Amino acid sequence: MTDKPTTRSPAPTRGTADATPPALTLEGVGKHYGGVVAARDLQLTVAPGELVTVIGPSGCGKSTLLRLIAGLERPDAGTIRIAGETVAGSGRFQQPERRRVGMVFQDYALFPHLTVAQNVAFGLNRAARAERRVRVDEALELVRMAHLSGRYPHELSGGQQQRAALARALAPAPKVVLLDEPFSSLDESLRAQLRADTVAALRETRTTGVLVTHDQTEALSVGDRVVVMRGGAIEQADVPEKVFEQPASRFVASFMGDADFLPAHVDRALLTCEIGIVSTVPGWADSDVDVEVVLRPHEVALRADPSSASRVAAVEYHGAFVLHTVQLPSGRRLRSWQHNGVRYPVGTAVAVGVAPGIVPSLLVGDEAITRPPGRNGGQPLDSREDGLPAPAPALAEDTFHRAR
Amino acid sequence: MTEAGILAEAGRREHRRITAPGGRPAWALLVVAIAALVATPVLAVLVDGAGGLAAGGLPRGAGEMAVTTVLLMLLVGLGTLVIGGGLAWLVTAYRFPLRGALVWLLVLPLAMPAYILGFVFLSIFDVTGPLQSALRSAFGPEVWVPEVRSLPGAALVLSLTLYPYVYLLARNALLEHAAGTYEAARTLGASRMRALWRVVLPMARPSLAAGLALVMMETLTDFATVQYFNVKTVSVGVYLVWKGSFDFAAASQLSVVVLLFAVAVLAGERRLRGRARFHQQGGRGRGIQPRILTGWQAWTATGVGVSVLLAGFALPVTQLALWAARGLHDGSASLVDPRFVDYLTNSLFVAVITALLCAALAVMIAHGWRMGGRIGAFAAQLTTFGYAVPGAVIGIGVLLSFAHLDEALVRAGVPGGTGLLVTGSVAGVVYAYTVRFLAPAYQAVDASFAKISPSTTLSALTLGASPVRVMGRVHLPLARSGVAVALVLVVIDAVKELPIVLLLRPFGFTTLSVWVYDLARENFWEQAALPSLLIVTVAVAPVLLLFRQVRRAESHSTDGKVDR
Repeated sequence: MTDKPTTRSPAPTRGTADATPPALTLEGVGKHYGGVVAARDLQLTVAPGELVTVIGPSGCGKSTLLRLIAGLERPDAGTIRIAGETVAGSGRFQQPERRRVGMVFQDYALFPHLTVAQNVAFGLNRAARAERRVRVDEALELVRMAHLSGRYPHELSGGQQQRAALARALAPAPKVVLLDEPFSSLDESLRAQLRADTVAALRETRTTGVLVTHDQTEALSVGDRVVVMRGGAIEQADVPEKVFEQPASRFVASFMGDADFLPAHVDRALLTCEIGIVSTVPGWADSDVDVEVVLRPHEVALRADPSSASRVAAVEYHGAFVLHTVQLPSGRRLRSWQHNGVRYPVGTAVAVGVAPGIVPSLLVGDEAITRPPGRNGGQPLDSREDGLPAPAPALAEDTFHRAR
Repeated sequence: MTEAGILAEAGRREHRRITAPGGRPAWALLVVAIAALVATPVLAVLVDGAGGLAAGGLPRGAGEMAVTTVLLMLLVGLGTLVIGGGLAWLVTAYRFPLRGALVWLLVLPLAMPAYILGFVFLSIFDVTGPLQSALRSAFGPEVWVPEVRSLPGAALVLSLTLYPYVYLLARNALLEHAAGTYEAARTLGASRMRALWRVVLPMARPSLAAGLALVMMETLTDFATVQYFNVKTVSVGVYLVWKGSFDFAAASQLSVVVLLFAVAVLAGERRLRGRARFHQQGGRGRGIQPRILTGWQAWTATGVGVSVLLAGFALPVTQLALWAARGLHDGSASLVDPRFVDYLTNSLFVAVITALLCAALAVMIAHGWRMGGRIGAFAAQLTTFGYAVPGAVIGIGVLLSFAHLDEALVRAGVPGGTGLLVTGSVAGVVYAYTVRFLAPAYQAVDASFAKISPSTTLSALTLGASPVRVMGRVHLPLARSGVAVALVLVVIDAVKELPIVLLLRPFGFTTLSVWVYDLARENFWEQAALPSLLIVTVAVAPVLLLFRQVRRAESHSTDGKVDR
């Protein structure tokens, strides 16, 4: 998963940010309903053409974020700018119809009394008739719905409705398109195709997009950047690789894919835990601290070893992969993905290790750390460049073998 | 997938809570203005009347009227409860000949205005009627018969026209709410009767209370029917005081008393309903299994149902038809009377104007509610209370409001003010009708609006449509069925309406209902027959709508399916 194919377009260049303003900026945006905080000090900048996915558990405020951007909610604090123009904040509030923000709703919200073409034309009422027709055709062509332009929404399948909603949102060439779980009401089989088509349409029109989802895979595979939210606040906003491989907190680690946590210790740059030495941590030469190590199932290697005290506790067959749950001598459990061919029966004694080349994240408390605590304290995430833990190839490969 | 489900649910809840983006002051203000317009007459009555009450006490005879009103409301309440509740139980718990037809035919008396049934009733049972004549010829002129023009007589007529409210709500409760629990009670060993008393009745109580409240409100608001029967309720008092002496102070004081009665009814309903909010949709169970009656029991059941239907609808309609036919035959029919067309035109004119106004306001309220945020939502609730205010109060309130407006205009230098009060005015009638009928119009429109998902509104906004365009291009087309229902309902209600137009009509302005009332007061029954039939025919339309609902409930109860 670390070397997943990068079909995405390269992340937009930040150098041009001076020339064209960011498509979207949130600064210190807050919103609460009574005592419930739905958004807390949100900071986010989205470059033109970027596609950002927003993910978090139910009630984390991700829908509120979209509604704040669209103007369907009025923020209590902070500033929202769209393409450089302040739409909310400092006493100003622009109504949604003036924001040039497109929105695709979970239920698509097509107008049932209008045909597909009329739906798409709805947002183009200020354009001249001829231009309107051209743009409707373009938008429908983009989502491959031109042949269905005369149909009414109830005559369309779920996937077709979703395409029509997307075309309708894109037709007025909005500054930002907001997608609120646009695929969640579709069948599993349809979803992947529509997801790919939607992303392609956004790329083709170079539309800036913010997509809310509750599907981790979707968030990681679609977004140029992933914003993980919890309790109305942004926990981490970064490129998918970093969010997955270097989670900023225990929450992000466990929410974005499976993760197990083991108490560990760093002593003179060596990270050790119950399963042995995991890696070296350069820059931690002077430290002697207790941490927790984050281990994802695909990072955990198994090898049959009768002398080991660890036992396979459960085996789940998932098709291409087999999930093994191993009980360590301490009673803690660790999960490990193995390829289809490897299946250790329950009760097998196995040696547990970390796959070579893996640099696991470390936690102190609930926060990830990149530098020894005590000296500079926990660091903000962006300063990971130095002090990165490095893999300890020799040690790892000597001690453990990947079970193949 | 459960995660997705929870998320979807959470999302939906969020959408429902937040319907109004940002809250647009202009739209909130519009709804507040409509609410103020609706509330003005009632507030005017309260301010004037309460002041008068504090200063000089009640007008003469108010105490007696209040007692009469209480008695009448109690009698009608009891009558409708026995007839409506009993019939609901009968058709639900038993099977007997004609039951299938009676189930929905029993709603028909709802189309018979009490002031029409009242005079037909009098024509048959009063001193000059055929029944007493026959009795006298059989037993001599000194034979004792109970006084027909009396409180019990009025209560009987009102009960016969109003029982369908209780019948419908009770039947609904028996079918929908009580189904599952009735079965549960039976499986716990309760007999049919015990299950009825201990489970079904308590569960039907909120519905019965709601039905009774409707009945009592209608009783309170009536001041035409009761006048046939020489029953002086407080509403009659308002009418007589105003028409007799044009005494604003006394009329508004009595109106406050009427209003107090209305508040008492609503409070009583709230209390009867208690904290019990039986939202349980026990639709899973098969409900009360009807017992098949045989022999004399079956025919008694049929007889009870048929006689109520005959008394409340079939016989009076037949009588009216006979009179009308006789009139046509000997050429004295009201049809040839040129006034007929005039009054019909008046009725329709006022009704159509009111309906258009109500529908337009209802759409604006429903739309403004979506645009106007919390204030808009609150004001939208306020606009619907006119239906709970008795006609007499609205009438006097409208007169008071116009009087104050005139005063203000005169003071501002407009000689004569609007001149509306002096002449009386059709505008006043339309205004009062609008206050009274906005609630049903809004309910119909709102039912349609409720089916428009908030995201539809929001997506129209994010596509750059202004609120006005959202209303015209999205909300109105999608709510058109509700608007149509609102128009029909208001037209029918307005054609039927009598008390308000009696109170407010300008000199020389007569509607079909007023004409019927006048003719009936003068015992010109045959001439009143044709316009009465017309009114009944018009009033049958919404009852047909109810039929559909009853039949749906019926199929629901037999198939155990919910078709929505």
